[in-house]
Amino acid sequence: MARRLAPSVNAGSMADIAFLLLIFFLVSTTIETDSGISRKLPPLIDDPTTADIKKKNLFRVELNQLNELLVEGKPMVIGDLKSAAIAFLDNGGGPGDRSCDYCKGQRDTQSSDNPNKAIISLINSRETNYATCIAVQNELVSAYTDLRNREAQRLYGISFVEMKKNLKDARDNNDRRRLRERIKKIQAMYPEKLSEAEPVNQY
Amino acid sequence: MSKFKNTKSIQLPEISTASLPDIVFMLLFFFMVATVMRDDTLLVKNELPFADQVEKLDNKSLIMNIYAGKPNSRYKNIGTEARIQLNDKFSDVNDIKAFILAERTSKREQLRPFLITSLRVDSDTNMGLVGDIKKELRKVQALKINYTARTGEAADNFKP
Repeated sequence: MARRLAPSVNAGSMADIAFLLLIFFLVSTTIETDSGISRKLPPLIDDPTTADIKKKNLFRVELNQLNELLVEGKPMVIGDLKSAAIAFLDNGGGPGDRSCDYCKGQRDTQSSDNPNKAIISLINSRETNYATCIAVQNELVSAYTDLRNREAQRLYGISFVEMKKNLKDARDNNDRRRLRERIKKIQAMYPEKLSEAEPVNQY
Repeated sequence: MSKFKNTKSIQLPEISTASLPDIVFMLLFFFMVATVMRDDTLLVKNELPFADQVEKLDNKSLIMNIYAGKPNSRYKNIGTEARIQLNDKFSDVNDIKAFILAERTSKREQLRPFLITSLRVDSDTNMGLVGDIKKELRKVQALKINYTARTGEAADNFKP
């Protein structure tokens, strides 16, 4: 009997099977967003002590139930918030040793003494829209980032954002330590003092 | 006069489709690798707001998700008021405490201080609910939070 060859399997339908699987994965794919604005909440204390904060060191940002922005009691559009926050943080108008030598602000005696003292207070109403609040917080965080970028550029010739990115990629232990120290130093120059009060009812 | 042949009679050679499965397989593998299966099925509307000062959350195992927003169109019987979703069900503000504690015990002890709560709140939600969530988180000392947002300009939040 002659040797018979095994019949070859028809591979014509392979493309169809692959297409079927492809379409399944295409449909089920969700590109996850896993990035956002990081915040640290203050711990809950039973009997909060009242801190003595000078009025000029406090930057009041309010959002009312109609999503209107009030900065220091005056209405403002969100586009102007960043420059107003920078002007406040970078003022450095304190007397004598309490002023700051790296600030480039107006040195107005009616505004903040020092970036270490300057506190931004964000107050929102219970009816404020979440997206508006995030937009406002984003502007305030970007004011800090801008100032930190400027100082990092001046001291180390590299922006703050870049430094943070390099820290993630750094392999060498010495590099990491040096970068971390530098980041800490810049953060200490412009500490993020952003207070979020509990939402209040406004009628 | 063979120079003037009828060019119309010459047919184009057929394109070989033998490599088509290979191309499709390549695409297939890309999507298989890139697919992240969602752990939770969303019961609430979840259109995240836009922000550009975002930090990336690296370690997925360190993240606890809290969703909030209006119930999906499939769950109209729940009402139209914004609700919280924990794991796979609608929850009350009081359930957050138990949820965080349960999540915490499921993680290794060394990792517990680094847990981050990711607030995935729909853009069209009132801050009152977010404030309540934050207050509950403070009660259980889950202080690291992340307002999860899509990358984009802050002005994108106000586009209809």
